[in-house]
This record gives sequence, C-alpha cells and structure tokens, in this order.
Amino acid sequence: MNRRDFLKATGAFGLFVTFPLSASFQEPEKPAERPGYPKDFNAYLRIGPDGRVGCFVGKIEMGQGAMTALAMLAAEELDVPLERVDMLMGDTDLCPWDQGTWGSLSVWQFGPVLRGAAAEARAVLLQLAAERLGAPVERLQVQAGIVSVTGAPTRRVGYGELVQGQRIEKHLADVKVKPVSQFTQVGKDAPRKDGRAKVTGTAKFAADILPAGTLQACLLRPPAHGAKLLSVDTSDAEKLPGVRVLRDGDLVAVLHARPDGAREALGRVKATYQPSPSTVDDKSIFEHLLKVAPPARELAAKGSLPVGEALAVRRLDATYLNGYVAHAPMEPHTAVAQWDKGRMTVWASTQAPFLLKGQLVQALGLKPKEVRVITPYLGGGFGGKGGCPPALEAARLAKLAGVPVQVTWSRQEEFFLDTFRPAAVVKLRAGLDKDGRVAFWEHHVYAAGDQEAQSVYDLPHQLIQSSGGWMGGNPPGLHPFAIGAWRAPAANTNVHASESHMDALAALAKMDPMEFRLKHLKNPRMIGVLQVAAKAFGWTPKAGPSGRGFGVACADHRDTLVAAMAEVAVDRKTGQVKVKRVVVAQDMGVVVNPDGARQQVEGCVTMGLGYALSEEVRFKNGKVLDENFDTYQIPRFAQVPKIQTILIDNPDLPAQGGGEPAIVVMGALIANAIHDAVGIRLLQLPMTPERVKEALKA
Amino acid sequence: MAKTVSFNLNGRKVSIEADGTRMLAYVLRGDLGLTGTKIGCGEGLCGACTVLVDGEAVRSCSTPLSAVAGKAVTTIEGLELDGALHPVQEAFLSHGAYQCGFCTPGMILSTVALLQKTPKPDRQRVAEALDGNLCRCGAHVRILAAVEAAAGKGGAR
Repeated sequence: MNRRDFLKATGAFGLFVTFPLSASFQEPEKPAERPGYPKDFNAYLRIGPDGRVGCFVGKIEMGQGAMTALAMLAAEELDVPLERVDMLMGDTDLCPWDQGTWGSLSVWQFGPVLRGAAAEARAVLLQLAAERLGAPVERLQVQAGIVSVTGAPTRRVGYGELVQGQRIEKHLADVKVKPVSQFTQVGKDAPRKDGRAKVTGTAKFAADILPAGTLQACLLRPPAHGAKLLSVDTSDAEKLPGVRVLRDGDLVAVLHARPDGAREALGRVKATYQPSPSTVDDKSIFEHLLKVAPPARELAAKGSLPVGEALAVRRLDATYLNGYVAHAPMEPHTAVAQWDKGRMTVWASTQAPFLLKGQLVQALGLKPKEVRVITPYLGGGFGGKGGCPPALEAARLAKLAGVPVQVTWSRQEEFFLDTFRPAAVVKLRAGLDKDGRVAFWEHHVYAAGDQEAQSVYDLPHQLIQSSGGWMGGNPPGLHPFAIGAWRAPAANTNVHASESHMDALAALAKMDPMEFRLKHLKNPRMIGVLQVAAKAFGWTPKAGPSGRGFGVACADHRDTLVAAMAEVAVDRKTGQVKVKRVVVAQDMGVVVNPDGARQQVEGCVTMGLGYALSEEVRFKNGKVLDENFDTYQIPRFAQVPKIQTILIDNPDLPAQGGGEPAIVVMGALIANAIHDAVGIRLLQLPMTPERVKEALKA
Repeated sequence: MAKTVSFNLNGRKVSIEADGTRMLAYVLRGDLGLTGTKIGCGEGLCGACTVLVDGEAVRSCSTPLSAVAGKAVTTIEGLELDGALHPVQEAFLSHGAYQCGFCTPGMILSTVALLQKTPKPDRQRVAEALDGNLCRCGAHVRILAAVEAAAGKGGAR
C-alpha cells in the first residue's frame, strides 16, 4: 500500500480522526534542542471507524523490518490482528519526533515507548467500552479489536465504533504493558508488511517520487578530496537543449528534465582544480593514524598491568588493521525537494528525517513549520544515511530553480562522498600465566571508536584505551575524507582484534579455542550462546590449528549476546577462502519477530563476509580509486555459506537490538577459521587472496 | 536524435519519440513512469535495473533504447497477471527473500529468465545466473531458497 492508499484507508484526511490532535503532534513552533518522544498516545495511534489502527512512528524502514516489528508491538498491546495495523513512518508532519533509525534501537529503545502508548490506548478504550456496555472494565475482554463482556459475548463493541464521533481527552497513568507470558503475537513469525510492495516493484523509494515538473540535477564534484576549484566553464553544457545551469556559492549544478540528460550535460562542464594536498594512501594510512590520532582515553581498567605482566610466562603482542569500508547501499543517496507556497517538502533517503528537517531549517533559514521531510522506503542504510547531503543540495536548488529538483547520487558519487567506516589500528598486548590463563590484557584502539573495546572475558589485569573514533573529536586531517557510522560502528574493528587475539592466545596455550574462552567467562548468557552454537555446529574440542578450518568468535553488543562458529576451506594456491557454513546463536532477550530476527542475522553474516574477505576502499592523494562494484567487491551468491541461526528463548530480558550484533564477530570468526585451516594468523582486514598467499609464503 | 522507437512493453505496444542511444532504464522510469526498475550503479554492474528483453535478462541501464525496437520488454510491473503474482514473486514473498527491496525487482526478473531456460537449476547454476545481481542487505540465502522453491512450482510460467 502506498502512502496515498494508506491515508485513504485510515482516513487521515479528516474522515475519522476522533482523538484530539495533541500539541506534541502538531508542528511545534519552537522545537526543543532535542525533543523527546511525546507522552500522548494519540501521537502514535489513530483508530479508524473500520477499526483499523494507524500507527505513526518517526522510524524508517530500510530493510531491517522495523515496520513489521513495531506494528507487532502495537497490535499485541491493543489486541488487534497485525494485518489491521497500518504503519506510517518517517514523515515529520504526521509522525512524532524520533532521533533516527540506527544502532539497533528501534525495538530496544523505541519499542517500549510504542508499547506504552498502545497499552494506554487500550485501557482508555476499555473504559469507553465499559460505559457503552454498562459493565465494569474487569468484566471486559478484547479479541481482534472487539471488546465484549465476559460470559455475554453478544454485548460487544468494536474499537472503531467506540471511537467514532467522540473526542477522547482521557488519559490514564501507570498503565502496565502486557507481560511476556500473555503475548499472542509477539514472538511468532510474522510476514513482513512491506513484502507485497517490494516483490511487485510498487514500493516507492526517493528516486521514484517525481512531482510534476521535477528537474534532475547533477552537481560538479572535485576529482579528489581536498582539491580546490580554480575555474569552471559551463558554456558547452548550456548548449544542450533543456539544460539549466545554476550556481550558488560553491555549488555548480546542471539541471535537465531527465537524469540521463543532466548527467550528459555535467560531462560537458569543464573545470580545473588545484591538486589535493592529501598525501596518504590505503597503505600508508595506518602509520598516519598512529601518528595523528588524539591522546588515549581510558575506557576500562582493572587490577594492575605491571602485576599482570609479572605473572605472564608467555606474551603475545599484535597490531590489527582495518581499511576503510563503504556502506554501498544498493540505493544511492537521493532526495527530491519541492518549494511551494513558502513550504519546503523534501522526500529523502535518510535514516533520520527529523535530524534532516533541523538541518534544512538551519541551512535554508526557514521556520520549522515551513519544512517537511518525508522518508519513503530506504534501499539500505547501514549507518550511511544518517545524513542526506543531496536533500540539502536539492532544497537549495529547488528554491533557486522555482521547480521541484531531484538529486540522485551516481554510484561514483556514492563511493566518493560516502562516510566510510574509518580505517583503524588496534594494538593488543597480552600474556598467559603458568596455568594458561590470560595474565594481562591491554587493548588500545586508534581511530575506530569505543564500542565493544571492552573485553567480555573475566580478566584480572587489564587496560582498555581508545584514541579518536567515528563519532568525531578527531584532529583535522586524521582521515582524508568523511567517515561515520557503519553497521555496528567501532564494534567490528574492536571485536576483530580482541577475538582474534583470544584465539591466538588459545593456540599459544595449546587449548581448544572454545574451552579457552569458557575458561575465561563468567557471564552465563555468554557461556550459553557459545554452548548452543557449539552443539548446533558439531564442535569437538581440539587445539588450533587443527586443519579442520573451524573458527569461533563471540561478542556482547549492547546486551545482545552472540556466538558464531564457521567452517572454511582455504585454497593454498589461489589464496581464496571459501566459507562453507556459519552457525550463529544469539540471545537478544524477547524476540519480537523471530523470522525478522533471523533475516537480520543472515544479513549480518553475509555483509560481514565482505569486510572480512574483500571490501576495502583504495585511495591515493584524496582520490577514491574504487568507484563502482567492478573493483569494490561486495559478497555475491557464490560466496554465501549455509547459515544457521539459533535464537535463544530468553523471556526475562526485554527485547534488545538484532540488526547489528552478528556482524561484529565476522572478522575474527573468519580469521580464526583460516588460522585453524592453514595455521596463518592474518592481522589485517580484509583477508584478500593476495594477503592469504603472502602469509602462507612467510 | 529523436525518432520513434516501438516495442512491446509488458504485453502492450508502445511507441516513443526518443533518442535511440538513450539507455532503456531512464526511458522506462522517466518517460514511461515504470519506476519498479531501479538504478543502482548506472554501469550494468549491480543488476538492480534488470528487465527481460525477449525473455533474456538484460541490464536496462546499459541497453540502448534502439536495441529493443520491435522486441518484447518485461519489467517487474508486467509480471503480475490479473492480480495474481508470478510464481517467482510468490516465492520471494513467502521466503522473505528481500530486505530493503531495492534489488528485488532485478533479482526476480533474473530468476524468471533463469527458470525459463533452466527449469530445475542446481544451486551453482542459480549462483551463476544471479552473480550480476547484487544485494547489500544479505538476503542471499533466502533468495536462493526462493528460487529453488519457485523452480519446484513451475516458476517458468
């Protein structure tokens, strides 16, 4: 169902809105610096005369399944069937404020807000029903949105009928959400709400939205980061029929009714640049990072490193390296902006429509009520669409041109302007005591960030430090281009190092890597996921390298615990690594939509193979050398292993995030399996065939 | 230069006044309003723009309009028959063989082309046929299962 059908179906054009619009629901005149979630349930829920529930959330759907999982939570608390909940997401006019869709927060952090709103709405509806049916609330029951008197099923009224024609001002305090034991929908596989639209091609993405008269804009980009524009000549482009050239400060754009027309015109723009002052490349970057990174911040310390070092009888130091990695969503960044009667409406491929609205307000000097951001379906985000620069470009151009303007990044622009996962270095120092236990542990991460740098193991003498990271606060020139969040930011880098190092220590102790981990673990949930994974995988204890090509790795990512095991084969001649199968056991608390959670795990494993084995952005002197999928290699069908996902039943823990955890183990998991197969320890990601061959030679 | 190019689009004859060197994807999306065909890379490297030309899967972002003159073009919009999904669409739907959905139309059309030629492909044949269709979300294992299920149910409609 597209947006218009949705609005028709739920009657949002005034046919049924019987709840009063709360103040928080309408456009705030002066929004707070960082607004919170509105308290009024009317902001999230509206019930039509047909009993259908309109659910309004500021989150967006980018493939992760939030549309379905959030609908399930609302349906559960309201006691209505899932198919009677219609989701409207990511529209700053219609939806309550939200910070953005990232960090696996939708279910974990926003889920309780939505559940609370739905539970309160249900309680209010029950009170209304009690008045209507002349029976106390305690005697009422709800099934599929119909309230009836227990023991007198003919005395009944539907939500739609109850709400019709009334203005409900009523609110109730301290309404409890359902206990897990009473769930009838949450925890069962549910079909995705976006399914039919996606298999029929009717799902609308930002590039598919074309208001009448839209011009397509292509912008002039420098050939390298840091290259300064010296001169520009647009006369050849202007000779093409239908082409308009617009300049606004640093912005040079060619516009045409057709995207291919605009692209052709851009090809005729002649520009000269001062070369980029950047001198680093993808090989020298690591030394550069160590030199330029800010001073260390202590993240955790326990015991005393000197004491631990004195206990060590064997030591192991290593430096782990990660290159820059691109988000490479299949949908390039896109936005279309319409400036109409003093109002700017922007349809944008962004993970954070409210954040973007704030940026538009500021950049264009408009009032909040003059800007609306609408987020259609997103063709993948992975942290790369936290911002949406083309939205700002399109909005500026739409104001100048006086017609709607669409800006769609080409794949080349996507690779040039992406906010890459930062290249990073992790220095690990550790030692074993005479009993084969970790005597001391020092983890120092440079340029990646703090997340999951801390060890999941019970280590008496340890120091964890971090210097710089994806969140900012870096000295100028640390990175030659933009960096940012990438699915489980920093965690992939930190866990690659720490779980590789634990594995190397196990080999040093001549112990089975699984047993070595268990020996250092106290957290029963972590022990649990490891044991469940081992059983499903068929793990039998053997010290590495066993020649079997078995790997193990585990992580605690924002309280979702994950253990993974893999089997690989390494071709000694070509250096190719074939991942044959991966087993993942995940404890994420209550699982809202198990099938959706499994899809996320499978996505994490598959995407993770890319940064483990093939993905790395190559660059030199500010120029990004990988410009498309011919040289930037993301995983393809032939590389995908068998994936088995086991979700631990843990009703005692509220639902945690599931979009990221399994990806954080993938680097170490494959590195450990390669070590087990052929006895080489690769310290740098990605583990390309060239690097495997080189290590085998050494 | 603009001239009339005629072809069969999803079972209906269309004639369009356009420069024959323009790439089909832009004509389908812009001139003909069929936005189910996606553009992901613009150079025939990602498969999101896959359509069928006389039953063959082609990359419409790098197929000139003139190359489809007199031929039959099928886009994702042309697979549904009288409200009934194509068996391949059904299989993708029931297997959850999509996440963000941007690559999905191209995946489905590549699968339709495969199953028309090879009604019962083994997994290696499927992986080869879909090698040029990229998915970033990692729906691959579901897509493979969907293709196999569609093959079992006569996905070669």
